[in-house]
Amino acid sequence: MIAQNIAFWIIAVAMGFAAIGVVRTRNIVHAALYLVVVLAGVAAQYILLGAEFVAWVQVLIYIGAVVILFLFGIMLTRAPMEGDSDLDNDQRFPAAVAALFLLGVLVVLLLDAFGGTKIKLDAAVLATGKTAVVGDAIFRQYVVPFEVVSMLLLAALVGAVVIARRD
Amino acid sequence: MLDAAWIIPLIPALSFVAILFFGKKMPRQGSEIGIVAIATTFVLSCVAAVQWIQRVNRYEGSHQGLGALGKSLMLSTQEHGAVVKPVVHSITWWQNGAFKFGIGIQIDGLAVMMLFVVTLISLLVHIYSTAYMKGDIRFTYFYAALSLFTASMLILVVAPNTLQLLVGWELVGLCSFMLIGHWWEEGANTNAALKAFLTTRTGDIGLMIGVIITFFAAGTFNIVGINQYALSPGADHTLMVVGASCLLIGIIGKSGQFPLHTWLPDAMAGPTPVSALIHAATMVVAGVYLGARVYGVFWSGFNIGDGGMNPMAVIGAITILIGAALAFVQDDIKKVLAYSTVSQLGYMVMGLGVGSWVGAVFHLFTHAFFKALLFLGAGSVSHSGSHHSFDMKKDMGGLRKYMPITFWTFLIGSAALAGIAPLAGFWSKDEILATAGQGGFELFAIVGLVGAFLTAAYMTRCVYLTFFGEYRGHGQPHESPKAITVPLIVLAVFSVFAGLANAAPLGLEKFGEYVEPKFAFPPVIVPTFDYGLAGASLFIVLSAIGVGVFLWFREEEMHAFKGLTKRNVLARGGYALLVNKYYLDDLYEGVIVAGIKGPIARASYWINQNVIDAVVKGAGLAARAIAGGTYTLDQDVLDAGYDGLARETGASGGLLSRVQTGRLQWYALVSFAAIGVFSLALVIFR
Amino acid sequence: MIMNQFLILSAFLFCVGVYGVLARRNGVLVLMSVELMLNGVNLNLIAFSARLHAVSGQVFALFIITIAAAEVGVGLAIVLLIYRNLRSPDLDGVDQLKG
Repeated sequence: MIAQNIAFWIIAVAMGFAAIGVVRTRNIVHAALYLVVVLAGVAAQYILLGAEFVAWVQVLIYIGAVVILFLFGIMLTRAPMEGDSDLDNDQRFPAAVAALFLLGVLVVLLLDAFGGTKIKLDAAVLATGKTAVVGDAIFRQYVVPFEVVSMLLLAALVGAVVIARRD
Repeated sequence: MLDAAWIIPLIPALSFVAILFFGKKMPRQGSEIGIVAIATTFVLSCVAAVQWIQRVNRYEGSHQGLGALGKSLMLSTQEHGAVVKPVVHSITWWQNGAFKFGIGIQIDGLAVMMLFVVTLISLLVHIYSTAYMKGDIRFTYFYAALSLFTASMLILVVAPNTLQLLVGWELVGLCSFMLIGHWWEEGANTNAALKAFLTTRTGDIGLMIGVIITFFAAGTFNIVGINQYALSPGADHTLMVVGASCLLIGIIGKSGQFPLHTWLPDAMAGPTPVSALIHAATMVVAGVYLGARVYGVFWSGFNIGDGGMNPMAVIGAITILIGAALAFVQDDIKKVLAYSTVSQLGYMVMGLGVGSWVGAVFHLFTHAFFKALLFLGAGSVSHSGSHHSFDMKKDMGGLRKYMPITFWTFLIGSAALAGIAPLAGFWSKDEILATAGQGGFELFAIVGLVGAFLTAAYMTRCVYLTFFGEYRGHGQPHESPKAITVPLIVLAVFSVFAGLANAAPLGLEKFGEYVEPKFAFPPVIVPTFDYGLAGASLFIVLSAIGVGVFLWFREEEMHAFKGLTKRNVLARGGYALLVNKYYLDDLYEGVIVAGIKGPIARASYWINQNVIDAVVKGAGLAARAIAGGTYTLDQDVLDAGYDGLARETGASGGLLSRVQTGRLQWYALVSFAAIGVFSLALVIFR
Repeated sequence: MIMNQFLILSAFLFCVGVYGVLARRNGVLVLMSVELMLNGVNLNLIAFSARLHAVSGQVFALFIITIAAAEVGVGLAIVLLIYRNLRSPDLDGVDQLKG
């Protein structure tokens, strides 16, 4: 347990700084790279929680595809590659207040609701750790939503093409 | 078929989806889908009607077959005697706690009658529209909306509980809105659609509250259960009065009763087939249908069985008179028919109010045929005769020579509406009047007779202006295509013969026997056929037609006749005009003047000068005094109040508009802040 | 391990994402912040999945990942459209709703 706790804190701190980096950096490409760190950290947390399959999907889709898409977006909108002080708008201060306020409410709520709750990781890994279990759930219990999601992906594909087409 | 009747509303609903998605691709742009679907529905409805009749017959037959002992056993086991039960099927739609809300069917005589009427007229309107709407920019959309309307109306008709009825009720309102505003490019049409929607919505609030009240009173949404509760001796009378009043407001809104009738004439902005289907034959009678469906509530709430005044009968009577009076002064043929519809719906509501359940429902049945016929006839005139105009004075006249089929069918429809025996309208109107007269509602019977007089007179005027005289339009009038004339002929046949379904003196009283929901029904009186009353109403109608002819000629003399004389003198030497003029003189001198010259004339002149004049003068003075007071109140109190209100609204609007920066992230900020505040509130006040 | 470690971390990610969505001017950066919020939610789901020994949380996380991918595709297309119309990927110019 100690080793896992140490791993958690190291990863969590790295994720925290990287997340703040995403929203504070002045270089838009750096923001994308910070995002990679956060996403990888989330994947590591998944592994800590025994959700191995989701972790690898996270790595493949987010780091492999989504971040690349972001980089394409940055290139296509011809964002300045070097530092640019003009990335934030003028409601930075109220935005920070709103976000901190929300965080405060959430933390109070969580401490109140789940103060002493613990996760039994070994049992969790036994119950839900296998990819076979996830596959079973998707293709039995959740097969209809799964098909609907595939339709949604198709719709998003067509939609993206239609929106971005030059005509 | 009775058990599987849920399929009847389903077919047009599927047809709506099919037309929406595939209509444009079809060779006839979706109209064939609609026609096939509605034709199927019509056939199924006919099957259902036949099976219901067989069910009633079998039931009665089995009771006659039983011996005396068996009959007495049967009577002792069933409290209300031997009655045929409706076919009710219901599945759980949604569930709240232990309470289930059902959706399903209740098939009884009333429902199969409505199924038959709705599907028949819908089918004819579908066929008619292939010609009438030809080349319209939203042809496919029009057919989709027609299908949706038919489905909604059928959902309403088969509803086993008040909730499903409410759903169907709102759906038909929506379709009415869509179809009135079919040509939304013109602002007037959009306004008419909005007006219709909002006015009926006003009534719907009453309906909704009424549904809730009846639910809390009876503990169920089921129509049979509500009726049984309302008619049981233990019913809470206060709740019944309030519930009946609220439901009556719903009827007033939907069925164009005074004072919410104003939307119906405006609704004529829609295409004419829509007016025929929705605003004459089906949707507007939904209110009457509701009244007939939960009749127990009205019966016990308004004490209809005791005779005397009740709001339902009074509203109906007022509506008869104002509708008929307004129909006189319209130049637009559709407006005449619309006010006529208002007036006839008044008959139905008054019929329910005076305890003539069968009469009201029967009038609904016959009115659907002849009023749809008249509307479709008016559409045929505008389509082929008057170059898409509905103005009788400007663009019509003399069309009987050019459009014989339209003329004859329109004449039959008018005669049926006026109530000339033995056409449809005569029997149903007479049933209402006879029940009113024999049930202690003599005053309402008299109002009904006056209404019959006015109806006959304005229909005479309408027919004259449209089909007689000289053609005043500028187009090339010709007969309409088959798709238009065939529905007219079919409806004309029904207008002639539908009345025989309940013609008492001929020994045909089948309508009441099959349609009455005897399983939960108040002890209404069955009127005996009154030859005196029937003769009187027939005489009134005929004399009204005579007066109508006279009025029309005089009107011509005063307004349009001079123009006609000049044109005819210049053009053709005025031959035909002279013939007409002599004819006019004969009529004028022989019939009217001779009658008026005698002592009656002098007496009535005296009364006119001394009594009526005094009354009128007094009323005028009183009205002026009241108006002066009202004016002061209006200017000084109300106006100032409204001005202040408007100023405040403007100021606060200006202040609030600063929040609307238009920037996406500002809105997001506000939403997130709100989420945070609300979560905090939840945490604190948990 | 303590449940709240994961839950508060996920709340933190979510709120950082909220700040980014509200304060960033560039459309691409706003989308990145949305991804941060989505990841916060996913972490939450996985934590509960482990706590309750129920696989549903993982399945839903997978669905969210899929939908997030679709969302990025459409979102970037919209940002491209804004860029093409306004010559800038900034969201400040999109204020046609101004009252």
